[in-house]
Amino acid sequence: MNPAILEIGPLAIPVWAIVLGVGMISYLNSAAILVYAERRIAAFIQNRVGPNRVGPFGLLQPLADVLKLLLKEDVTPTHGYKKLHAIAPMIPVITALLSVAVIPFGAGLYVTDINAAVLYLLAVASLGVYGVTLAGWASNSKYSLLGGLRAAAQMISYELPMGMAVASVILMTGSLSLVDIAESQSMWWNFFVNPLGAVIFIICAFAESNRTPFDLVEAEQELVGGFHTEYSSMKFGMFFLAEYMHVFIGSILITTFFFGSYHLPFADLYIPADMNIWLKGILDVSVFTLKVCFWCFVFIWVRWTIPRFKYNQVMKLGWARLLPLSIINFMVIATIMYFTN
Amino acid sequence: MLEIDWFLGISAIMFSIGIIGVLIRRNAVVIFMCVELMLNAVNLTLVSFSSFHGNIDGQIFVFFALAVAAAEAVVGLAIIIAIFRNNLTVDVTEINLLRW
Amino acid sequence: MIVYLFILLAVLAIGSALAMVINKNVVNSALFLVINMVSLAGIYLLLNAQFLAVIQILVYAGAIMVLFLFVIMLLNVEDEEKLFDKFRVKYFLAFILGAAVVGQIFYSIAGVTDMLPEISSNMAEIGTVEEAGDVLYTKYLLPFEMTAILLTAAVVGALMVAQYKIKKG
Repeated sequence: MNPAILEIGPLAIPVWAIVLGVGMISYLNSAAILVYAERRIAAFIQNRVGPNRVGPFGLLQPLADVLKLLLKEDVTPTHGYKKLHAIAPMIPVITALLSVAVIPFGAGLYVTDINAAVLYLLAVASLGVYGVTLAGWASNSKYSLLGGLRAAAQMISYELPMGMAVASVILMTGSLSLVDIAESQSMWWNFFVNPLGAVIFIICAFAESNRTPFDLVEAEQELVGGFHTEYSSMKFGMFFLAEYMHVFIGSILITTFFFGSYHLPFADLYIPADMNIWLKGILDVSVFTLKVCFWCFVFIWVRWTIPRFKYNQVMKLGWARLLPLSIINFMVIATIMYFTN
Repeated sequence: MLEIDWFLGISAIMFSIGIIGVLIRRNAVVIFMCVELMLNAVNLTLVSFSSFHGNIDGQIFVFFALAVAAAEAVVGLAIIIAIFRNNLTVDVTEINLLRW
Repeated sequence: MIVYLFILLAVLAIGSALAMVINKNVVNSALFLVINMVSLAGIYLLLNAQFLAVIQILVYAGAIMVLFLFVIMLLNVEDEEKLFDKFRVKYFLAFILGAAVVGQIFYSIAGVTDMLPEISSNMAEIGTVEEAGDVLYTKYLLPFEMTAILLTAAVVGALMVAQYKIKKG
């Protein structure tokens, strides 16, 4: 079933469990680490120092943030819809956690290899829309409702070019399994053969995470705080957590689909095939982690450098630029593949 | 183990819940959702027969049913919005004028 | 184990369907329908139809129901206050009709029981994306292209209907 079980014999279950455990812990903690990283990098970009008082180099700042969130008063709008108001923040977190199930962290190091993994990822991502929409509606506030509807429209619009960009990857790999997609990039990363698809996918990943330049959803000058205007305390904390998890999952997906997953560039040329399994595992996981960290950095970098779009510009970019471009990209790749095979 | 009767049973119950919903509800959007429920019940029947026969044709039919359901939802909701614009209600008992 | 899973999903599906019909709040109804569709996707997984299970969530829960929610929120539909407050002959007839349909289907199912005792053993290979795509692009190519035309027509029609402006005077 799982290659890690077959290859390592008696140590099989521990390896699988260790991968799962490390994956989940790093995944859950990614939000905390990203909050710290975001604040420090933002400060660096703006020529400030950033949080540096709590613990060495301010490393315990996320803990202080969470403590602050926990101790705040939990306010529910009087005329809001209380049950949905409580349920809505959980949905984005749950969908973000669900998506880790199909991601390979290294050769044979994954939780599960389902046949329709890419469709699964898209399906789980599309369920995340409910969180923001319901939060906007349940708050019984005009700003929240507008923010929620904007979020839903934006996420649905950008799912289409994203799907087409992923479809061009699937076309080249010939499989919907993420493990196969990762394995097929051992020589040529998909970025080298399909750069346009990669660019479209990265833009869509930025838009899906609802951060600047695409943070119309919570545009402070127009909408106060968008869909989480009426949220406080740990309910707000959940949205905060979900946002950083989406940054993290976006980085993971960019890495897996286009930047060679756990492979170094042109790895076939110099990585021996009969490498020690433990050494290979450590190499794979560290390469994967480094790439993901790089893309998380790019997410933060972009957020603090580029100003926000107008809403009509976001919609125009999605529907009139990215979607036709991604379809043309798909067709060109299909034609080239038809004539070369 | 699982038997096909159980799946057909669920499908039958869901289908008749859909029928009851269409008959008793007065909100056009909810009636529409009940129709979707009935479509889902039929899809379940097709998938279960497809699985028990070991033949994929039933699943392909469900795939087409999904596409048709999507098209139907789009047009139907557009009609509901158009009705709401003119009557300011989606209560089917109050929409009794065939002109605007 | 698998039987318990089935019972759980079945209870969830039927319970959410019932809750959808009897709930006064429209947004709640829509959310119960989402739960119903997700549990149906689980039942599809029990039937070894992985492709359809994922497509069910992607298309129904992820797209169609979001559209429904969108419309409900935009129209700001008020609750039906008078759903079950007084007895009506209409409700009674509706329940009779529903019960009659269930009875009829159960009767016909009972007549042909034990014809197909088990899920076909080659279903694990058949329900995959590859198989579905294989059949879809060869045997059912024409219907597949027709769905593309249907969806295009639906989008154009929806825009025509929803954006129609009444001429003044």
